Amino acid sequence: MPATPALTISEVSYHYGERVAVDRLSLEVDAGEIFVFLGPNGSGKTTLFRILSTLIPLQAGEVTVLGRSLRAQLRAVRHELGVVFQAPSLDKKLSVAENLQHQGRLYGLSAAEIRERSNLMLGALGLTDREGERVEKLSGGQRRRVELAKGMLHRPRLLLMDEPSTGLDPGARAELWKYLRQIREQDGVTVVMTTHLLEEAERADRIAIMHEGRLAALDAPTALQASVGGDSITIRSTKPAELVEAIRAKFSWEAVLLDGAIRLEQPCGHLWISKLVEAFPSEIQSVTLGKPTLEDVFIDCTGAPYVEQ
Amino acid sequence: MATNTLSLTSVGAVIGTLMEREIVRFFRQRNRVVGALVQPIMFWLLFSAGLRANDLGHAFFFPGTLAMILLFTAIFATISIIEDRREGFLQSVLVSPAPRWAMVVGKIAGGAEIAMLQALLFLVLGWLALGLTSSMLEVVWAILMMEVMAVALTSLGFLIAWRMDSTQGFHAIMSVFLFPMWLLSGSLFPAEPGAWLTRVSHFNPLTYGVAGLRHYLQFEGAAVSTAGLPSLAVCWLVSVAFAAAMLVLAWRIAGTRTTGDLL
Repeated sequence: MPATPALTISEVSYHYGERVAVDRLSLEVDAGEIFVFLGPNGSGKTTLFRILSTLIPLQAGEVTVLGRSLRAQLRAVRHELGVVFQAPSLDKKLSVAENLQHQGRLYGLSAAEIRERSNLMLGALGLTDREGERVEKLSGGQRRRVELAKGMLHRPRLLLMDEPSTGLDPGARAELWKYLRQIREQDGVTVVMTTHLLEEAERADRIAIMHEGRLAALDAPTALQASVGGDSITIRSTKPAELVEAIRAKFSWEAVLLDGAIRLEQPCGHLWISKLVEAFPSEIQSVTLGKPTLEDVFIDCTGAPYVEQ
Repeated sequence: MATNTLSLTSVGAVIGTLMEREIVRFFRQRNRVVGALVQPIMFWLLFSAGLRANDLGHAFFFPGTLAMILLFTAIFATISIIEDRREGFLQSVLVSPAPRWAMVVGKIAGGAEIAMLQALLFLVLGWLALGLTSSMLEVVWAILMMEVMAVALTSLGFLIAWRMDSTQGFHAIMSVFLFPMWLLSGSLFPAEPGAWLTRVSHFNPLTYGVAGLRHYLQFEGAAVSTAGLPSLAVCWLVSVAFAAAMLVLAWRIAGTRTTGDLL
């Protein structure tokens, strides 16, 4: 493992006027990791992406990218970063090849390098036959792939992506992840992305769960799931407020009410279900037992429901 | 600091590539090309005909029409910065290692070249229709003057457009600021010493570009008087200063951010 982390974030805060969007965030991403910032809208992950992509300036704290300071070596950092925005950044009036050509020149590549890299990227992303097509004629999925080709054109060592699965069908999403794993294996590229999609985050090496601008949890997906004590039990009831009190009183469990459902975590959950139903036969409408998901992790860490939009 | 790692050639590439993009985009929007050619010819013919009572011929309105082409095309070309921002192209330029000033220069050069292209076409048209009596050297000077005006006006457009997040806002500025700027540049009305219109026009930097063109461009059988116009030296001084000031301001404002970056 190389000693230099791909990304270090220390004590980073960001305010929009009075509102705190990112609050003293600190963490490190190792080189070669696929790292996800997971959080619902308003969790601060988009602001963080804007800071890391150098779109907005660092207000407080420090960020280094592959050992270079975002503050002091901005241009060097920009060379190391490949950025794929959530919003499209392609010029629709230009062809795929022309878009890549402009991008290459902005990053100081020579004409020969641009040709070589464009061919390589378009080949890897299955876009070779679209090279001369104007971007406005491409489908949404194809445009996303061109965005990726554009971001990776100058061989960045850190690829930053904001909500990369937006507008992708499941097949295209699987392709995207295959490609990300491939560049990680072959070129040692570190991938850092933001997402609000739980199933997307599950594919990462490590996840940082963001909540209200702070880091709520940070670990591998399986470790996060294991951190939730035991199985997760969800109970639906006609009188959830009364039932949650009754359960707390009878079993002294930490049952919580979220979105009209009662949630609790208990090791060996299956053994407890029969006891629950026997204790409250008329109040319980349904009981669901599950292995903890990232949603449970989020709820466990933040005490708030996860609103995926 | 690694700020000097970008070589001169790559800065040139940044400017060149943004300029090329501007021009390619212009030609791919057919209606823009047609509008840009038809509108000035129409205005020229209409003003010349409509204001005939003032005893002013087509030759009088020619330099003013050139100024109008430069003003409107240059400024419309920079409106595209609003589209660039809204459509997202700008964000990828902003996070690239390309220096901000190179982006500004590339964008302005592109807009100015589109304006020049049309102004030159119109100049050829005037030459053919009216017959130019100016010497070759005078024509070259006139073209240089047009170039300076184009840079000044494109920069002005950039300055206005940078902080705007909608093209509607731009149109408002257009009608209360840019159109009067053209009306008060001596393009439409001859300079009458002492008249309030003339006095106001002295404060308009565009006046000096139009006057410069009047000095250089003379047409057959229609000697347009240059009496009452500022001298050529003053025309150059003001026009170059105008262009330099606008360019510097455009560069300075491009260092600021707007909420539109965050779309």
